[in-house]
Amino acid sequence: MRVYQFSEQAYYPAWNDHEGSLRITLPNRKCDPRVAADLFHRYYDEYQAADDLGLDIMLNEHHQTATCMSSTVAVGLAILARTTKQARLLVLGYPIGHRPDPLRVAEELSAIDVISRGRLDMGFIKGIPYEVAASNQNPVYLMDRFWEAHDFIIKAMTSHDGTFNWEGEYFHYRQVNIWPRVWQEPHPPVWSTTGSPTQARVLGERGYVMATLGTGFGTRKIYDAYRKSYVGKYGKAPGADRFAYLGLVAVANDREEARKRGELIAGYLRTSPIVYPPFRNPPGYMPAEDNARILRGESPPRTYTKAGRVVSMQTAPIDDLIDAGVLFCGTPDDVYEQLTAFCEHCGGMGNLLMMGQAGFLTHEQTIDNFELFAREVYPRLKAYQQPDAEAAAAAVAA
Amino acid sequence: MSLAAESAPDGLVVDGARIDLFERGSGKPLLFLHAENGIEPSRAVIGELAKHAHVIAPTHPGFGGSELPKGMRSVDDLSYFYLDLLDQLDLSDLIVVGVGFGAWIAAEIAVKSTARMARLVMANAVGIKVGDRETRDIADIFAVTEPDYLAMVYCDPAVGRRDYKTLPDAEVLAAARAREATARFAWNPYFHNPRLKSRLHRIRIPTLFLWGTHDRMLSEAYGRAYCAMIPGARFETIERAGHFPHEEQPQVFTEKVFAFAGKSQERVA
Repeated sequence: MRVYQFSEQAYYPAWNDHEGSLRITLPNRKCDPRVAADLFHRYYDEYQAADDLGLDIMLNEHHQTATCMSSTVAVGLAILARTTKQARLLVLGYPIGHRPDPLRVAEELSAIDVISRGRLDMGFIKGIPYEVAASNQNPVYLMDRFWEAHDFIIKAMTSHDGTFNWEGEYFHYRQVNIWPRVWQEPHPPVWSTTGSPTQARVLGERGYVMATLGTGFGTRKIYDAYRKSYVGKYGKAPGADRFAYLGLVAVANDREEARKRGELIAGYLRTSPIVYPPFRNPPGYMPAEDNARILRGESPPRTYTKAGRVVSMQTAPIDDLIDAGVLFCGTPDDVYEQLTAFCEHCGGMGNLLMMGQAGFLTHEQTIDNFELFAREVYPRLKAYQQPDAEAAAAAVAA
Repeated sequence: MSLAAESAPDGLVVDGARIDLFERGSGKPLLFLHAENGIEPSRAVIGELAKHAHVIAPTHPGFGGSELPKGMRSVDDLSYFYLDLLDQLDLSDLIVVGVGFGAWIAAEIAVKSTARMARLVMANAVGIKVGDRETRDIADIFAVTEPDYLAMVYCDPAVGRRDYKTLPDAEVLAAARAREATARFAWNPYFHNPRLKSRLHRIRIPTLFLWGTHDRMLSEAYGRAYCAMIPGARFETIERAGHFPHEEQPQVFTEKVFAFAGKSQERVA
């Protein structure tokens, strides 16, 4: 298993003064740039520590929010491409359907792949609903734009013999020929995220690495949808390395301290959905049939415990978050047991996206969390034998 | 009773897409172009208008049960779709009545051709921008809660309130589709076509602007500025009505339409 350390680089000092919305509308006068600078430096120091400890690194971006100061992920990638030495640098993700200019995205990512000497993992995502208000892209066409931008970026990274022409539905260029060319051939690995079996099937056909977040013990059915289409396309089972899961991780030498850390890291879950309601579900972001169900007051829950109990990520107590496979928390032994049990549920999960820092967790707690994980848990996870991939795929087919 | 419950709409295939279309009454042809909230809330006014004219009321592509022709993305596309519909039905001497988003479609049709049209009525119309780039002429309906939206667009918000738990499935889906289709056509640029303003002078048939005075999505000043760009267009207000005056005052709305357009000889019982 590989483990990618991830932090949203929150501006948590504003969390208790949010006027009902931490995103989109929260006035930026509540952001002190001096405090923000200190936080940024701290977060990049922590990423550096993750690199030193042999962990990989994940970055993301969100917009107009105190939950995540990384608003242009290319900035963070650029810093870490130069300063880190070994870590894979995963962007998960780049909301390319929102971007006006995929040529710029291809150029940024190619440069980062080269500067890092081939350490980039390239996650492309739709983006959460709130991003629509910030980008003002039409939510109805977001996925169409996403796939055209994706196709363009891959074409730009894999074309090496002079210029090519692109006159699509959304993007128009006549002389495309990016410099520098990418380091990894034919292009950096592509990742994406989803919460739906429908999109999982699309990703399975492409063989991309698929990540889910907050799906807990409902993850298996999404992975299985991927497995089914992957087998249909490639004639073999996808390995555990095709699957990724974002989990909150709090390790300590005793359970009490681990739970304290878990509660602080869960601050991410508590604050992430604090958004003025009209921005939560822009029209066209979801299919009309799903919105009709929502109008009727029928929204399917997202997170379940192993026993099938529904859990609210925003309000659930720590024990429920652990039971749901959202938070992995306890002593190193506890966390190893929880993670491997989760892998068994998934039928194999080869990439843990570890939220090992969030919110009010201090720098000292964060570093201790990383060190304990890297020393006591990670070596055992590396040695852990994932469930048999062919057996997992065969179970779907049966 | 809902329109759908009274009778199923007739279907019509235009440019390869099947759309729902209600036809009621007889006499002069009148094309009714519904607003952004779909055709269902227009049931009362369609009944009123049909007492004096042959009302043809399509559900716009992408709304209700109407299909979306491949590649259709803009109100400009919609206007060509309706020009094809007018040709297909071979309509002439037509009264065109549009409300809100439907009035924008009507304007986009009329700047291209009024050959089949005798009169144009635009109620609480969107479609242009009159203020500077930092002035929001048209309130952001996607950035407010449902209760705030209803208070914005109705004089009496109760008129627009729906109990989605008890409505038939088709109507709930139609409400969801209306919201999606509105975004499809009006998200960005927001409820306007930057090119339309400079074309409005081409509308040279008698035109009436109707304006529900309690509209807080649009200002009356916006409506008057819009009206002034169409040669000779008249502007009349409707009291105790907001952005959808045909819903809140269907009879007054109908009287004003026919006071302007003239009633047909034939009447329907």
